Amino acid sequence: MDRRKTTLWLGIESSCDETGVALVAEQAGRTQIVGALLASQVYRHRPYGGVVPELAVREHSRNLPLLVARLFREASIALRELGGIAVTEGPGLASCLLVGNAYARAMGAALGLPVFGVNHLEGHLFSPFLEAEESISFPFLGLVVSGGHTILASVEGWNRYRILSSTSDDAAGEALDKIARLLGLPYPGGPEIEKLAARGNPKAFRFPRGFPEARDLRFSFSGVKTAVRYFLEKHAEERGDPAFLADVAASLQEAVLRTLCEKALWAAAGGGFRILAASGGVLANQRLRELLEAGCHHARLALHIAPSALCTDNAVMIASAAAWKSAAGLPASLGEDVDPGLPL
Amino acid sequence: MDSIISTSPEETERFGRRLGEESSPHSVFALYGELGAGKSTLTRGMALGIGVLEPVTSPTFTLVHEYRSGRLPLVHVDLYRLEGPQEAAALHLEEFWAEPVVVVIEWPEKMEDLLPRQTERWELLLLSEKERMIRRKLA
Repeated sequence: MDRRKTTLWLGIESSCDETGVALVAEQAGRTQIVGALLASQVYRHRPYGGVVPELAVREHSRNLPLLVARLFREASIALRELGGIAVTEGPGLASCLLVGNAYARAMGAALGLPVFGVNHLEGHLFSPFLEAEESISFPFLGLVVSGGHTILASVEGWNRYRILSSTSDDAAGEALDKIARLLGLPYPGGPEIEKLAARGNPKAFRFPRGFPEARDLRFSFSGVKTAVRYFLEKHAEERGDPAFLADVAASLQEAVLRTLCEKALWAAAGGGFRILAASGGVLANQRLRELLEAGCHHARLALHIAPSALCTDNAVMIASAAAWKSAAGLPASLGEDVDPGLPL
Repeated sequence: MDSIISTSPEETERFGRRLGEESSPHSVFALYGELGAGKSTLTRGMALGIGVLEPVTSPTFTLVHEYRSGRLPLVHVDLYRLEGPQEAAALHLEEFWAEPVVVVIEWPEKMEDLLPRQTERWELLLLSEKERMIRRKLA
């Protein structure tokens, strides 16, 4: 690699629970991960095994300097080799965002480097192109499904994003987590439902879907949560039966995942998209990946899914978005203040 | 009105709308109720009553959502994911109710002793699949 043409970016993500830092090298518009650390991987020895997410503010300010030092050390990179800093500027929890922003600004000022503010959702939208063979080509349809977000967006160019649909109540990942609790499964619930569902029959029961009419792009996932609750009450005597619970898990998971997949395909057909790019924590679900693969194959859509390890919140996507945008000629920008409700 | 029986999400939302219309700066509402009881639906109604234009979505993961398009700013808090008062204290919610805003808190039992004096407590009880009782709760 010709080092003179390579720009090294530090990414910082602190919008919610996770503190993430990453080093990404950009050359001719292509990015490569040099190193990445998440606080949850490094400091996972907590008394309750991380059952409930750490309330992050204090954690971020403690973790961030430690993680950054460790990141540079492990990658054998010196601070002076850095070409730019990228930080999540929203949406997220204000106090958490502030920690990352203050750190990034201070570092940028000390090293004389540009600081790029990146929208957290923008990071997710482009994460299907991380470690991908193909480079980014506009326009594409973006699907982001996580604990905090469920959105379909038309991505027409850098900074040209249009939300086609977002959840009207609960995010899909949140609904799965809450239903898992109703089923008596541990946190985080999504992966537990997936495990249980693998042994069950997805056609055993019918659970309601939000806005099921064809071509209605609106999302709603709070109804299925309430429906499962009452379903379990009506079948109280079967709740000890593992086969019954597996069937419930498989059926409700199918209702949620098929809804996501169908609406993405409707949006693609309606908008004439040729590319679907999917990301967010719920894409760690293998069944959702299968459904999207089958659906896109049938609809002749090119499908890109974020690498499993980069589906949940991370700083690689933040550093990469800044690297790509900078390579495309966009100037560094960082809002005067963090914006907890930053729109895409 | 100190209690109603709601037979639909629309009715819960309408009741919330009235609470929102009557809310004043520094109001704090604590909403108690199980998963699926309608706390978020009630909050959506309150937002409408305050004149919030943006869609109100669940703050379970982000913990706090702020809406600034209404007659008063609305701060929607959800403590569902927190373990208890220590984690809730770290959120410094007192900074919100010191301001002329309306604060709505779901799962307030996680910070019962930290709620301010003016807190209005409402409880949502599941009576059946469709019916909910919404009533004022004593501290």
